Amino acid sequence: MKNYAFAVAALLVALAVPALTDASHLNMAILVLMAAQVGVAWNIVGGYAGQVSLGHAAFYGLGAYVSTLLLVKFGVNPWLGVLGGGLIAALLSLAFGWSCFRLKGHYFAMATIAVAELVQIFFTEWDYGGAAVGLYVPMDKQGWLWMNFATKPPYYWLALGLLLLTLAANWWIERSYLGYYFRAIKDEPDAARSVGINIARYKQIALSVSAFFTAIGGSLYAQKELYIDPNSVLSTALSIKMALVAILGGVGTLFGPVVGAAVLTSIEEFTRIFFGGTGRGTDVIIYAGLIIVIAVFYPTGIIGWLRSFRERRAARADASRQTAAHAEAQAAATTVTAVSHAAAAPSVKGEAA
Amino acid sequence: MTADILLQTLASGVLIGLIYALVAIGLTMIFGVMDIVNFAHGEFLMLGMYSSFWLFALYALDPMVTLPLTVLMLFAFGVLLYKLVIVRIINAPMLSQIFTTFGIMILLRGVAQFLWKPDFRSIENSAVSGSVKLLGIQLGKPQLVAGVGAIVVTGLIYFFLNKTRLGAALEATASDKEAARLMGIDSHKMFSLAWGIGAACAGAAGVLLATFFPIFPDVGANFILLAFVVVNLGGFGSVSGAFWAGILVGVIEVMGGLLLGPQYKTAIVLVLFLAVLMFRPQGLMGKA
Repeated sequence: MKNYAFAVAALLVALAVPALTDASHLNMAILVLMAAQVGVAWNIVGGYAGQVSLGHAAFYGLGAYVSTLLLVKFGVNPWLGVLGGGLIAALLSLAFGWSCFRLKGHYFAMATIAVAELVQIFFTEWDYGGAAVGLYVPMDKQGWLWMNFATKPPYYWLALGLLLLTLAANWWIERSYLGYYFRAIKDEPDAARSVGINIARYKQIALSVSAFFTAIGGSLYAQKELYIDPNSVLSTALSIKMALVAILGGVGTLFGPVVGAAVLTSIEEFTRIFFGGTGRGTDVIIYAGLIIVIAVFYPTGIIGWLRSFRERRAARADASRQTAAHAEAQAAATTVTAVSHAAAAPSVKGEAA
Repeated sequence: MTADILLQTLASGVLIGLIYALVAIGLTMIFGVMDIVNFAHGEFLMLGMYSSFWLFALYALDPMVTLPLTVLMLFAFGVLLYKLVIVRIINAPMLSQIFTTFGIMILLRGVAQFLWKPDFRSIENSAVSGSVKLLGIQLGKPQLVAGVGAIVVTGLIYFFLNKTRLGAALEATASDKEAARLMGIDSHKMFSLAWGIGAACAGAAGVLLATFFPIFPDVGANFILLAFVVVNLGGFGSVSGAFWAGILVGVIEVMGGLLLGPQYKTAIVLVLFLAVLMFRPQGLMGKA
């Protein structure tokens, strides 16, 4: 219940942001929302189903390229282009899944990097698609009908809307049979298979849904930045960032990627502002140092850390209750004390862990 | 004429493949012993390159002379990295392991950029330069020396693993951690040894490359993916597999570049990588 109160409060803040900030801060807020959205999309397959993809930039880039090419070459409305990009990415995810899902763990992760690299090489060499030079999104038709604006606030609303849509999809998945299947595949693949879950099929469903939403995020990026090239929408660094957002916030949790995106984007932007001017990579060093610290010391992410913090507090409360009981027992009969003490100690420890 | 070009290409493929093999041997050793994929492996190579560059630029010491020194430094660095960071993630979930070594990768690149600027540097006029004609093939001396050096280092590693007690202990840990521990082998010592040797191999490859390859902070990116491919082809954890697979990847890359254009040489290697992952996940030379 407390979580929902928090979510509602966060939503109210999000609704108030455009009224409260200037253009540059609003741009940062848009970056946070967009990073959160792809993190949430990644989380479907990487978090819930536990298939760590480090090649999601392939879907993101595909979304960006499909909607932009449709617009530039055929004058197709971006709203349709976005949908087309999502569907084509979902289609590509079939090949992606077919080639990678028979692999596990590290092998899967490395294969996904290879697939995404191949997609990047393809777009770097494909002359019709702009090759290494990239593509510009024309600005001659503006307004909501053409998803193209001269100011920032509409992009903020688009990014927020898309994030909410992706969150809603995740929320639904989390509660439906799909969510149970995904978690079963992640935690107990053998048990899942033995009760008749078609593992390959549900992994593929997770990947396709994830690819669909990731691609829409890519299309939105193209509409906002008005320029794409293989490096900006297809790089391995981008794939890694999508996973990182989810990991930082908490893998396999609904709001983890949102928290992760807010923290990671802020860190990135602030280190860039304060240390980036030197051109010597100080921002990169701080960014990398944080990644290491989080990966080593907080593998469950910020949400996991908060939860364990709450549990520790509950355990402490429990322990003090037990101490009170212990004191009573001591008053009643001193001989029982040693036994109750010995019994209480391990149980407290168990809860703390 | 065509035969000449083919032969020439084949030879240069083998030579660069030997370097890939050396990088991959370090990677496969770390993976074999402790099941961790080291994304920062290319950065060990980068450090090796910079070490030989600075020793050359500041003290006019030739890379070939400073090779042992650089290898020792990288060995120490690998051990240190293990003791400071990696030891904490031995039993962590795979995601944390990936992102720890990934973070180290970006960190080392950032530090290199901070200390030495992002400029491309190169070692001019080292002791080995120019080219020789061997059996009608024109070969660059630096490449030739690098290839021979890679064979020597690989040979030393092979000797160490197969003929020394310490090497046997390392192999034992790789094949069965628990059994090795019960035999009185300290796994932590073996893990740090694997990181030391792994880093030293990549560092040696960096030194050998430094005489003919540009030196810059992100140079590791050119090698890490290829090293993954080589490690997979050779079978994870197999040193001799990585050696032959490295040569194979070098040849395929260079031949593919000749036939389809140099921009597709990485693509060809990646397709091969995926094909092998799918149909022979144990590697070309691994046992089923």
